[in-house]
Amino acid sequence: MIRFTSVSKYYPGDIPGIVDITAEITDGEFVFLIGPSGSGKTTLLRLLIRDLVPSEGELLVDEWNIDSMSSKSAYLLRRTVGIVFQDFKLLSDRTVFENVALVPEIMGKSEHEAQKAVMNVLELVDLAQKRNLFPQQLSQGEMQRTSIARAIVGGPKILLADEPTGNLDPATSLSIIKILHEIHTLGTTVIMATHNADIVNRLKKRTLTIEHGRLVRDEMKGKYHVPLKSEKKHPKKE
Amino acid sequence: MAATLTMFLTFLVAGVFFLASMASVSILQYFEGKPQITVFFTAKAGKTEAEALDATLRTTGKVSATQFISKEEALTFYREQNKNDPLLLEMVTADILPASLEISASDPKYLSDIVQIVSGSEGVDEVVYQQDVVRSLLAWTNAIRLVGGILALLLAVDSLLIIGTVIAMKVALKRDEIEILTLVGASPFTIRAPFIFEGGLYGFSGAGIASLILIGCIVWIRSYLFSFLSAIPSLRVLLESATSTAFLLSSGIFFAGNILLGFCLGAFGSSIALRRYLR
Repeated sequence: MIRFTSVSKYYPGDIPGIVDITAEITDGEFVFLIGPSGSGKTTLLRLLIRDLVPSEGELLVDEWNIDSMSSKSAYLLRRTVGIVFQDFKLLSDRTVFENVALVPEIMGKSEHEAQKAVMNVLELVDLAQKRNLFPQQLSQGEMQRTSIARAIVGGPKILLADEPTGNLDPATSLSIIKILHEIHTLGTTVIMATHNADIVNRLKKRTLTIEHGRLVRDEMKGKYHVPLKSEKKHPKKE
Repeated sequence: MAATLTMFLTFLVAGVFFLASMASVSILQYFEGKPQITVFFTAKAGKTEAEALDATLRTTGKVSATQFISKEEALTFYREQNKNDPLLLEMVTADILPASLEISASDPKYLSDIVQIVSGSEGVDEVVYQQDVVRSLLAWTNAIRLVGGILALLLAVDSLLIIGTVIAMKVALKRDEIEILTLVGASPFTIRAPFIFEGGLYGFSGAGIASLILIGCIVWIRSYLFSFLSAIPSLRVLLESATSTAFLLSSGIFFAGNILLGFCLGAFGSSIALRRYLR
C-alpha cells in the first residue's frame, strides 16, 4: 500500500514540486496520475522510489517510510518498485536480454534463474525473438517494451510508469497500455503518469489529477479533464 | 597509464629508500653489537701483552668484558669471510694478521678513558673506536629515512590525486549506466566496487612493476653489494646467492608487501573520488 499524508516537496528556492498531497493507493490498483506538463507527476513518482525526499508530510510505500529511511537502503526499496521512463533508459552496449537480465544479476540470482525470469517477461512483452538485438536496432515501441520487461523481471509489487507513451505513436501507445494492463491483472499495483487523454478516457481507471503540484481530483473511474484557461497561464517546471 | 606510471614511480622511489634504510639499519645494528673498542697488536706482540693489558683494564672497574683473538683465530675468521674469493685467501698466513683484544665498557662514558689507557700500552699498534662509526651510521640512517619518507609521501599524495582524477573521469563517462543501475536497485557496493577495484589495479600493477625492477637491480649488482657488505652477517646471508632461500624469501615478501600496499593505496584513491563524485 502507498500512503501520502500531507506530502509536499519544495525544490531549492522554495519552488513547489507537489503541495500537501494526501492519498492512499491500495495493493493491486491501477491508477493514472494526470495533469499538464510540470504539474508534479514526475516529482511524485520520484518520491515513491526515494529519488527525492519529502519536504513535509509522511510517505509510506508498504513498510518503507520514505522520509525516515536511510539513503543507503534505498536500493532495497527500488527492488520492490519497478519503473518505466519516457526515454526508456536502456544501456546501448547491451542486448535486449542483457538489459533485462541486469535486474536479476543485481539481485544475486543464479544464471539459470535469471535466464528463466528474463525469458518469461520477454515472452510477456513479445520480444523473445529479438532478445539478441541492441536498443539501436529496435523501434521505439520495442524499446519501451524492453524497458517494461526490465521493470517487472524482478517481480516488483509496484510498477511506476512515467509517461511511457510520451514518445510513441497512438497505435504503439495502445500496445504498451495493453501490456501494462496485463501486468496489472497479474496483481501488480500500477501507477502511470500521463497526459494522454485518450488512454485515460478509454480505460476508465482511478485517476489522481495534479495541477500546480496539488491534488485537485481523485476519481475512481476518472477521465482526463482539460484545465481552465487561467490555469494554463502558469506552468511550472518540475 | 598515467595512474599506473605514477604508482610505479612512487613505489620505485619508496622502494629504493626502504631498501637503503633497511641495509643501513642492519649495518648499524651490527656495529652497535660489536665491542666498542678493538685493540690491534703489533706483529711481534701476542697473548702475553694482551693479558697484561687486560689485567690493567680490569683494575679500573670500567670494563665489562674483554676477548682476546689470536692470530690463528683471526686467520680462521678471515678465511670464513672471504671463502668465495680465492684470490684474497692466497698468500695470507697467521703471521700477517694481528692479534686483537675486543673491549666492552661497563658504561659508554668510560670509553674515552679506556682508549687513553690502551693507546699508550706496550705492543699496541692500532685502536679502533666503534662509537664514531656508529654515530655516523646513525646520522646517515636517519637522513635516509627522513628524505625517503618525505619523497615517498609526496609521491603517494600525487598518486592518490591522479587516480582520483582518472576514476572521476570514468564515473562521468559511465554516468548514464550508473543512473540506470541506481534506479533498478543496485546496491551502492555493486556500483562502487568496479571503480574501487580499478583503482586498486592501478596501484597493484605500478607497485608490482617497481618491485620487479628493484629486485632485478639487486640481482644485477648483488656480487658488488656482497663484496663490501659481506662483513655484516645478516646482509651476507641475504646477498650470498640470488637463489638462496633467504634472498628468495625476502624478495617474495618485499614483492607481496608492495603489491598489497599498492592495491590498497589505489583503492583508497578511488574511494576518495567516488565519495566526491558519486552520491
